[in-house]
This record gives sequence, structure tokens and C-alpha cells, in this order.
Amino acid sequence: MSVASDLIDRPREEGRLRLAEWQLALPLSLAFAALFLAPLLLLGATSFFNDEKITQPGFASWTKFFGDPFNYKVILDTLLLGLKTVCATVVIGYPVALVYIDLPARLQKVLIFIIVMPMLLSVVVRTFAWIVVLGREGVVNQLLLWLGVISEPLRLLQTELGLVISLTQIEMPLMLLPLISVMSRLDPNLRDASAALGASRWRTLFTVIVPLSMPGLVAGCLLVFASSTTAFISQTVIGGVRLIYLPLVIWQQSLVVYNWPLAAVASLSLVVSVLSVIAALSYLGRRSSRHLHG
Amino acid sequence: MGRRQSFLDLSYALVIGGIAVLAVLIIVSPVVIALMTSFTEGRSLKFPPTGFSFGWYEQLFDPSRSRPIHRAAGNSLEVAAMSTLIGVVLATLAALGLARNRARSARVADNLFMSPLVLPGIAFGLAALVYFSTLGFRPSLNLMIAGHLIVTMPFILRTTTASLSQLDPALLDSSQSLGASWFYTLRRVTLPLIFPGIAAGAFLAFMASIDNVPVSLFLSNARTDTLPIRMWGMMESTLDVRVAAVSGVLIGCAFTLMLIMEWTVGLTRRMRD
Repeated sequence: MSVASDLIDRPREEGRLRLAEWQLALPLSLAFAALFLAPLLLLGATSFFNDEKITQPGFASWTKFFGDPFNYKVILDTLLLGLKTVCATVVIGYPVALVYIDLPARLQKVLIFIIVMPMLLSVVVRTFAWIVVLGREGVVNQLLLWLGVISEPLRLLQTELGLVISLTQIEMPLMLLPLISVMSRLDPNLRDASAALGASRWRTLFTVIVPLSMPGLVAGCLLVFASSTTAFISQTVIGGVRLIYLPLVIWQQSLVVYNWPLAAVASLSLVVSVLSVIAALSYLGRRSSRHLHG
Repeated sequence: MGRRQSFLDLSYALVIGGIAVLAVLIIVSPVVIALMTSFTEGRSLKFPPTGFSFGWYEQLFDPSRSRPIHRAAGNSLEVAAMSTLIGVVLATLAALGLARNRARSARVADNLFMSPLVLPGIAFGLAALVYFSTLGFRPSLNLMIAGHLIVTMPFILRTTTASLSQLDPALLDSSQSLGASWFYTLRRVTLPLIFPGIAAGAFLAFMASIDNVPVSLFLSNARTDTLPIRMWGMMESTLDVRVAAVSGVLIGCAFTLMLIMEWTVGLTRRMRD
């Protein structure tokens, strides 16, 4: 402690001050090097082995994984699941953010409570809730049967539609929080000015609010995409065994078949494909906001 | 012209308001329905529930019949508490070191520390499994604490950095010009002012650890599994209605915790900013 304060105590000596403050980040940096970077590097190295015992180096795991057309379908399905969930959360969630900025402060607090509360609920609980809702004897089927819309229960679990509906609710807070954070900082005068100049509320929405809320929208899309493509529990429990996504392949290869090199290849494919979609989305987001500011 | 305008504005109110109401319904109703189902008398998850009873809760709290569930809940709490505690220390130190540092290296470090939030969790989970077993460790709660530390720490770093950046530098300058040492300023000025930020981050990290699946999935075995992993097993095999009772307990806990955090540190305000 005395050494640290000796170093930091003199505000005038800029160089030494910064060095000492920077050192406070050392423990976390060491923890990250040992527990985050090293495991990921080792995972990369593991993928370049041919056999399950990890003795022969080579590219066989990569050629095996990408030689199987089935795996391309799995990658594509995983990314599409993420994109469908993103679209659904935008369509359903954006109006909530629009309504939020018009509400009085008291109701805003209630609404944000409603939005955040499910987020603090375990994903497993939210997934379970959708089993109750979508099951054969679940709420949706009972309601449709009672209304006479259908004559026998629909199969909603183990379908992609059911999974996308569930993920939309499960991931919704990730979309709404960044969106609301950006939208509540918008100057209300902008909307009034747009209305005073004769624009309808629709026109104000698409020419004023949507462009200005782009940073929040993009941030929300990134979070929802990243989370829904790796939502192992929801994918396996609601999707069942008939719908196969990359996380299930990774789990099977590593903990059922014990083929770690192949599981490593599948994980790296997941990381690369998810991160490249994220990079593309944030590039588009940056371009649109640059366009806006001239 | 005027009528067209009012028609457009009416359609706006109907469409936007309608979808927003639908959205709130979609957000809230599954939770309410799951909660109602947990009080069923029957042996299935039929809705509306047949009769009202605490039967599934009684089974859940029975020490002999639900022992694995209780152990899993205990593991979850221990891992969450320890990883949050270590995370608070490491993240607060790092935030103090990096928040006002404009050097390029500080930005790179900050991005690195935040990256577990976007990296697919299941890839890190597998990486941790491969790494720890290569080093010769067997599955234990300590390994799980280490893994959870990495994926939950970003929440603490984010809120702490945010409250540091809102701190008025004049306060620190005046403390120093009045002769206070760096450590005294930290203890009496900085920490009390950023405490709500640290607490909010710690709460989020704790909840993220309780909720974590991808890391626990790879680092646990039958003895060290956490509650989400145990519940996943119960849902995958035969749909055990005790899952509904566990969900009911967790819904109650989340609701209470959320109210407490709202009153003490204004959690939702912090998450919004």
C-alpha cells in the first residue's frame, strides 16, 4: 500500500501517475490471460488434431466437419434462427420503445420493471414457461380448441415456429434495454418540430425516430443475435431432437462422443459465423449513422 | 388533407399501441402461466391447472426426495457468491485503473474484458473444459467459479466504469489539494460515490452466474451440477412437474430481489443508461 501511494501520490508527475493507475488493471489482466485467452488458444490448437485422443496433429477434423453437407445446413439453420429471432424482436419490441418514450415517468418505471423482470429470471424458467404455453395441453392449444379454430391440438413444440416465438420473449429484454436507453435521450422537440411541419406520425417515425435510434437498434440486434444462436437450453428443450443447431452438435461431440477436436472445429465455426454476422451488422449500423450525420 | 392526417395518426396509434400491448402480454403471460401451473393438483402441465394445491412445493422442499435439487441450488449459490466476490475486487480495481486512461492500450484492454459478453458462451465453456482437463484438474466448484468469473465480470466492469465516468473530477482534485492521499481519496470519496454502480453490477453478475448454462454445462459433473443444469435434465427426460415448483420459487426470488435492488440502488435506471 505505501509503495502504491508513493507512486500515485504526486499528481504532477503525469507519467508515473498513469503507470501506477494502469497497474490496478493487472490482476484482472492476469486472470483473463490465464482463464480466457489461454483456454481459447488451446481450443484453437485442439482443432488441429486428427484423433479423439489428441495425439496426431493434422487437418482431418476440419476436412471431416466441412466435408459433410449436413454441417453446412446446421450452420445455416443456426444463423437463420438468430436472424428470425432478431426480426421478431424488432417488430414486436420497437413499438414498446416508442410507447415508452410517450409515457409519463411513473408508468415508465412500471414498464421498465416489466421488461427487466423476465431478464432476471433464469432462461431455464422462461424456457419451461413456454413448454407450458405451447404444449399439447398448453394454453395456446386449449384456447384455439375452445374457440373452435382447430379440431385437434397443434404441434407447436419441436417446431421452428414455436422456438422462434419462445426465443422472441426470452431475448426481448436484450433488444429493449439498449433501444429504450437511446430513445429516451432523443430530444422530444424533434418530434414536435416534425409534426409542426406537417409530417404524419408514421412519417416522423421513419424519417426522424428510426434513423436517430439506429445505435440502440443495432446494439439490441447484436445482443439478441449472439444470445439466440447459442441458446442451448431453449434450442434443445423446445426444438427437441428434430431441430439441430450448432450448440447441440458441440455438446454431442464433446460430452457424448468425446471427440474434442471435432467439437473444437464446430465451436470455432460457431464463433466465426456468429462474430462475422455481428461485425456485418455493426458495420451497417455505423454506416447508417455516418450517413445521417453527413 | 386534415382528415387524411388524422386517419394516419389514428392508424399509428392503433398499430403501434396494439403491438406494444401484445408485446407486454407476450413478455408477462408465460411467467404468470408457469406460476399458476406450479400450484396444480394434477400430474401434468395441463392448463388451466386442475385444482389448487401446494403438493409439488411440498415434494420440492422434502429433504429426502429432492436432495439432488437442494444440492444443485447450494452449488449455484456458492459459485455465484464466490465468482461475484472475486469479480467485484478485480473489476473495481481495473475500472479505477482504466476509466480515465485514454491510451490505446487501455481501450484494447477494456474491449478484451467486455468480449465474453458477445463470444458464444458454449465455445468458452468447451475451451475451459479442454484447458482444465489438459492441466489435469477434475471437475470441481472451484473450476466453475473460475469460469463464471470470466463471463459475469463484464457486468461489474461496465456499471463501475459508467459511475466512474459520471464522477466529478473536481471532487478528486479538491480532496487531493486538501492534502488527502490517493488511498484516502479512494476510500472516502471515490468508493462511496461509485458504490451504487458496483452494487448494481454485482447484482447483475450474481444473477448471470445463477442463470449460466454454457459454462456450467461443461465444467460440472453429477455432484457439482448447478440448478439450471439439474432443471434442464429434469425437463429433458420425463417432464418432472417439480420443475414448475422450482420455477415458482425462482420467480418469487427474482421478483423480491428486483424490488429490493430498485429501492436501494435504482437498478432499472442504471440498466437503461
